[in-house]
Amino acid sequence: MQKVFAGLICLVLVVSMVLGIGSSVNAAGKYAVIFKSAGNPFGEKLMEGFKDAIEEVGGEAILRAPAQPTAEEQIQMIEQLIAQRVDAIAISANDYDALEPALKKAMSRGIKVVSLDSAVNPQSRHVHVNQADPELIGRVEVQAIYEMIGGEGQIAILSATSQASNQNLWIEWMKKELEKPKYDKVELVKVAYGDDLRDKSVAETEALLKSYPNLKGIIAPTTVGIAAAAKVLTDKGLKGKVQLTGLGLPSEMAEYIKSGVCQWMYLWNPIDLGYLGGYAAHALVTGEITGEPGDTFVAGKLGEKEVIQAGEGTEIMLGAPFKFDASNIDEWKDVY
Amino acid sequence: MKKNDRGKVFNHKNINKFRELGLLGFIIILSIFIQMRNPNYLTLENINDLIKNTAILSILAIGMMMVIITRGIDLSVAATLALSGMITAMTVRSYPSLHPLLTILLGTIIGLFCGAIIGFLVSKMSILPIIATLGMMNIYRGLTYWISGGKWISSYQMSTGFKRIATGSILGINNLIFIAIVLYIVAYYFVNHTRTGRQIYAVGSNPDSAKVSGIKIDKILFLVYSIMGVLAGLSGVLWVSKFASAQSNTATGYELTVIAACIVGGVNIAGGSGKISGIILGSLLLGVLKNALPLIKVSPFWQDAIQGGIILLAVVVSALVKRSVDRNNLIRREV
Repeated sequence: MQKVFAGLICLVLVVSMVLGIGSSVNAAGKYAVIFKSAGNPFGEKLMEGFKDAIEEVGGEAILRAPAQPTAEEQIQMIEQLIAQRVDAIAISANDYDALEPALKKAMSRGIKVVSLDSAVNPQSRHVHVNQADPELIGRVEVQAIYEMIGGEGQIAILSATSQASNQNLWIEWMKKELEKPKYDKVELVKVAYGDDLRDKSVAETEALLKSYPNLKGIIAPTTVGIAAAAKVLTDKGLKGKVQLTGLGLPSEMAEYIKSGVCQWMYLWNPIDLGYLGGYAAHALVTGEITGEPGDTFVAGKLGEKEVIQAGEGTEIMLGAPFKFDASNIDEWKDVY
Repeated sequence: MKKNDRGKVFNHKNINKFRELGLLGFIIILSIFIQMRNPNYLTLENINDLIKNTAILSILAIGMMMVIITRGIDLSVAATLALSGMITAMTVRSYPSLHPLLTILLGTIIGLFCGAIIGFLVSKMSILPIIATLGMMNIYRGLTYWISGGKWISSYQMSTGFKRIATGSILGINNLIFIAIVLYIVAYYFVNHTRTGRQIYAVGSNPDSAKVSGIKIDKILFLVYSIMGVLAGLSGVLWVSKFASAQSNTATGYELTVIAACIVGGVNIAGGSGKISGIILGSLLLGVLKNALPLIKVSPFWQDAIQGGIILLAVVVSALVKRSVDRNNLIRREV
């Protein structure tokens, strides 16, 4: 028994030595990513993309995710990473402001900080990687519904809450897209709010169908909304009569995309998001960018990206949302 | 009108019925108003949708009424619903061939278990219901997150049979509505015509005299929270089947809607009184509001405020009616 124990200790020591050497050999640096919580398939894919990017530039990726989606656990992790002297931290924050002291401390030690997916305030980061270019999201959804309904008819929007800032921004861009002469025969009759609640979204969808019997299409840029609308259209046998598109989780929408109730929809691709985060962190560390507006860098397979001003801080946009349709939904439905 | 005449109008039977009639009248007037704004309101399809969407709320209201009658409150119903729904959905995902009736049974048993724990805390440990259920609400919600790992169970992971629980129909009536009707008939018989049912009222209206007259208060309390749990567990299965999706945060805050349905339906929050007909109407009013507000084309920004205003108005009208009834009651006794 003692021998086994001693053997185990030896093994642990050897392994830790090898790992220690490994990390000191890696001159390209240590890059850490912290997601909101463990066990989230979206986060797993995001970290996978981050790791891919870091491996491409020859760095070492450290993947972290707290057990609970709290800022406290993320702060502890940031402290640990500061102690480990990583070169950069990419974080999907559980709280917009609460991480500020920890991240400022990291930045004061020369660690580059990137937020991605869920932002931290501009004072506690160098740059934020935004998964969704609001303009492209808004425009692409209108273009999709235009194609589905054959270029004319009434459409409605089913959003989350009336205060959701990202949703409202997308809706504004949808309206701007609709101003083009191309959409003269498309009429936006109502913006309904399902509050991201199943029951309310269902009631709102039913009300849309009854209030506007000639309704041709619904855009739902929220996953609860689009799934609830798809369920209503399925139950009422309106497949093909009322078209549906928007932003939704592939797992939630897999059934409806396959049945044809929703021909296709969009969402960002978490792998690409993590990948861009990895390259952004690397560009900051190498000094290629400083996080100021106008900086550009090449993000591997994603091509050249530019840092832009957004509010008080700066952002890097991932680009157009990813399209999910019957041909690719099967490989994505288990992802997130 | 002289006071004596009024006393005659509100004779024994009318007094009990009047409050419900007031609420019914309110719903009818509201419906006429909505119909004028949108002629699609009183169509067969919409009424069917309305009742279908209200079925789960009304089922939960039965349990909540019994709990409130015993001077208690149950804040954990939505969390129990979510837990039962999540476990059932995960089971269906693993065993798609499971018979739908067995899934209902499973959800009900989970609910019973959740309710029994609260019943134990309230009756045997003498913890205040609001504290016990608040605590268990968080525990059940946390359990749901923990079990699911924060992931959702989506439509494609559920069997067609399971989803048909909510979309299928018996005798031409949607299953959800059918289940609610059956439960209401059973509940009506239970609270009005069985000894245990009457004891629930006795415990709520005067615990001391109930104890003196040999009612086992512990048992009654344990029973009502268990029934509440059973109904919440059942509702969990129905909810997940209806929306074909199980989220960890399913129905967050729904307990307040259920409590509102009871209060609007005339269940006395101080305990002791409450009627089946009242909670049917209470649930119906909330259902009408949820269904109709999107239909009358008011700004979505006003919807919540209007909903709150109408609920308050309904409660105030009912309270005024009740007060005048009570006053006349006293006068009648003096004469």
